[in-house]
Amino acid sequence: MDASVTLKKLAERFPGSIVETHSFRGDDTAIVKKEDIAAICTFLRDDEALHYNFMMDLTAVDYLGREPRFEVVYHLYSLKYNRRVRIKAGVSESDCTIDSIVSVWPSADWFEREVYDMYGVVFNGHPELRRILLYEGFEGHPLRKDYPLKKRQPLIGPIN
Amino acid sequence: MPETIRDLSTEQMVINMGPSHPVTHGTVKFLATLDGENIVDLKVDIGYLHRGFEKMCESGTWQQVIPYTDRLNYVSPLINNVGYALAVEKLIGIEVTERCKYIRVIASELARIADHLTNVAAGAMEVGAMTAFLYFVEARELVWDLIEALCGARVTANYVRIGGVKNDLPDDFAKRTHEVFKRCHELWADVDKLLTHNRIFIDRLRDVAPMTGEEAIALGFTGPCLRATGVPYDVRKAHPYLVYDRLDFEVPIGETGDNFDKYLVRMEELKQSMRIVEQALNRIPSGPVNLDMPKYRWQSKDDIYNRADSLIFHFKTVIDGIKPPVGEVYLAVEGGNGELGFYLVSDGSGKPYKCRVRPPCFPLTAAMPRMMKGRLIADIVPTFDMINMIGGECDR
Amino acid sequence: MFADMIESVAKILFIFTVNLGFFAPILGWVERKQSALMQDRIGANRADVGGFTIIGLFHPISDAIKVIMKEDFIPAGAEKLLHTLAPAISLIPAIITFAVVPFGGQYELFGHHVNLVIADLDVGILYVFAFSGLATYGVVLAGWASRNNWSLIGGLRASAQMLSYEVAMGLTVIGVMMVYGTLKLTEIGAMQESLFHWGVFLQPLGFILFFTCAVAENKRAPFDMPEAESELVAGYFTEYSSFKFVMFWMGEFLEIVTIAGLVTTLFFGAWHIPFVSDSALVSFFHFAGPNGAAVLAMLVNITTFFVKVCFFIWLQMTIRWTLPRFRYDQVMKLCWKMILPLSLVNILITGLVLLNG
Repeated sequence: MDASVTLKKLAERFPGSIVETHSFRGDDTAIVKKEDIAAICTFLRDDEALHYNFMMDLTAVDYLGREPRFEVVYHLYSLKYNRRVRIKAGVSESDCTIDSIVSVWPSADWFEREVYDMYGVVFNGHPELRRILLYEGFEGHPLRKDYPLKKRQPLIGPIN
Repeated sequence: MPETIRDLSTEQMVINMGPSHPVTHGTVKFLATLDGENIVDLKVDIGYLHRGFEKMCESGTWQQVIPYTDRLNYVSPLINNVGYALAVEKLIGIEVTERCKYIRVIASELARIADHLTNVAAGAMEVGAMTAFLYFVEARELVWDLIEALCGARVTANYVRIGGVKNDLPDDFAKRTHEVFKRCHELWADVDKLLTHNRIFIDRLRDVAPMTGEEAIALGFTGPCLRATGVPYDVRKAHPYLVYDRLDFEVPIGETGDNFDKYLVRMEELKQSMRIVEQALNRIPSGPVNLDMPKYRWQSKDDIYNRADSLIFHFKTVIDGIKPPVGEVYLAVEGGNGELGFYLVSDGSGKPYKCRVRPPCFPLTAAMPRMMKGRLIADIVPTFDMINMIGGECDR
Repeated sequence: MFADMIESVAKILFIFTVNLGFFAPILGWVERKQSALMQDRIGANRADVGGFTIIGLFHPISDAIKVIMKEDFIPAGAEKLLHTLAPAISLIPAIITFAVVPFGGQYELFGHHVNLVIADLDVGILYVFAFSGLATYGVVLAGWASRNNWSLIGGLRASAQMLSYEVAMGLTVIGVMMVYGTLKLTEIGAMQESLFHWGVFLQPLGFILFFTCAVAENKRAPFDMPEAESELVAGYFTEYSSFKFVMFWMGEFLEIVTIAGLVTTLFFGAWHIPFVSDSALVSFFHFAGPNGAAVLAMLVNITTFFVKVCFFIWLQMTIRWTLPRFRYDQVMKLCWKMILPLSLVNILITGLVLLNG
């Protein structure tokens, strides 16, 4: 199938860092090691046969009780070949960091801040990693599965 | 005269634009550092409308997410409905009936018309053309009348269900749509006369916040703002969902990506959307609008009240929720502002494990400092309007 | 002596009644009603007394009651004195500018010479400029004294814009002065008895430029930079409430009337009806006797004048509700790069024509 070209190329280029690939419902997915995320993203963007010029979405999922606990999910789109791919990288709770890809796609800037805000995943090399949707002084990261639904936040004073 | 300028002790003024300021409709804060009227630095602060959409979704069943999606982009709620329902259907692996596809296209395009009308109207009002604003508000009211006829609500319209839609089209819908569109075309022509060739309007919007296609792609632009830069990316053409591949419409593109191009693209898209609705109404086949799959779509009230199996299925799907297989999907539709993506993760239970929305105006808002640095404070007004930041969608 | 005093008092009272008592409140209603008509709305029609709305005419009254009842708010840290003084400084020039605008000709009534202008100054036009220049202070002080960044920006914009347009406006009128050879507004009015001597035919460019400058001077859309509500909240009067706010608002409406009056006087034949000379008018009313004829002619002239004024008020309102707002730099460019050179050209052409003619 045309769509799995990406996965094939990725497996050729980064044989050691692809943990798993699948194409559930036609969505090509590659689970990669987080150490190589920036290199993989650069490759996906720059390779002539792939040319993933859009970083459409960046989010994370909390699989509580699994190791690694978090998965940072990137959705890429290639305008030239009209292809999509999903890249996932596992991030463990003990070392909750991953390399930032702002230098690859500037659009990742706010998306990474949002993931940091909601899940507490730290993006190394992000130019300005601070909370975005929530306020400074918010306790915890609300989209983690162990964040209670009805938890109340302390009152905060004015912030300058 | 550099010495004079140096000797003048001027200082930069930091000014808070928002969160409640006439220009920040979506509740957003700009922290602008001004040198006179010039913007030296701009910081954008969002999150004032954050309601914890994803957390709410994870705590309800799959069907209970639908009302939340209305409140994402509250200017075009039906597109969000359609996007979410399509994503869940992709996750389950089902396809809705032919008639339902057409109805969803009609609903999406009506929502898009309402969105673009609001956006262009607000843009005109922001630069002081109040009359053009009210002309388009009239048109939007008429389109809302149609949406009301579809689903009973005008603003937080909630129409699409997983596996179908809430109800079939009303009987006289085609006739009413035709009448409304006739008036909309007249109003469109009026606004076109008032704005498109208006020297002041052109001066305000032309060459403000221009952008090249590559840069816009790198910044994650989609939708009218991307097309204004000359990149013809439209999800409806790139990944045709529903029946968009069978309908005849064009994707307008601009050249420079400045605010005036964004305005022109939206004006043309209004016409194209009306064309799509008219075609869809002409070609719509008859037949059921809901899938006959009681595990995913409730059956009619009549069946539920009178048949034991239907009642059991209804009870199960309401109490436990529908149960898609384990897996994850990403599905994008063309929203009012661009690619509206839904990333759903299912663990096989009745509740979404993860329900992520890719908000199209999120990267657009993020690009505000890039577009505004070095420009005049008055340029924030049309630029911010033309990216059409919708708080409900951006902050979720 | 005594008759002169009665005459002056009567004229002042008349202008006060017409301007402050009629135009100022009614223009708010006109503005709403006209914008409603233009925008396919029903418009102001909610205020009713005993079920009668009389096309919304109770609105000015309810507005007045509302604003007087509101809290008179002075923000913390504001310059109290100037904050209070500023609205007055901007309203008073708007009221007294009309003193030199003639609203009728000269008549012989009961052996008494009646000149229908409050102050027939030799430097009429200069007086107008002097006082519209003073109005700038009100706006700037309001912006500064409010201790609000938006107000400050609004005030700064206002000062730059009003001063620039003052210059341009002065130059546009020079053509008119050259043609009629006087600064006295009554004389300029009197000379436009024949339709072919109307300023708009002798100075067509001058009219367009003057009208543009006058609207810009009054800070109304499309020149409402100082108060541009989508950028500066409400500009220099962001921090004003209650009656002080109304004073700004009344000042703006009175200035509309003054502009309309000036345009009528300078370019549109003042109180004259086209093709009807003053003597023809008096002889038309000869049946009423000499005094009666003079009174009737006076009434006709005053009516003519105010009909024209109403037309220009309407024109300003139509412009206000049709055009979008300029950007600040564009307003300044328009003034210094378009209007100013054009008015200089206008003076040059007028001079050449006058020399050869």
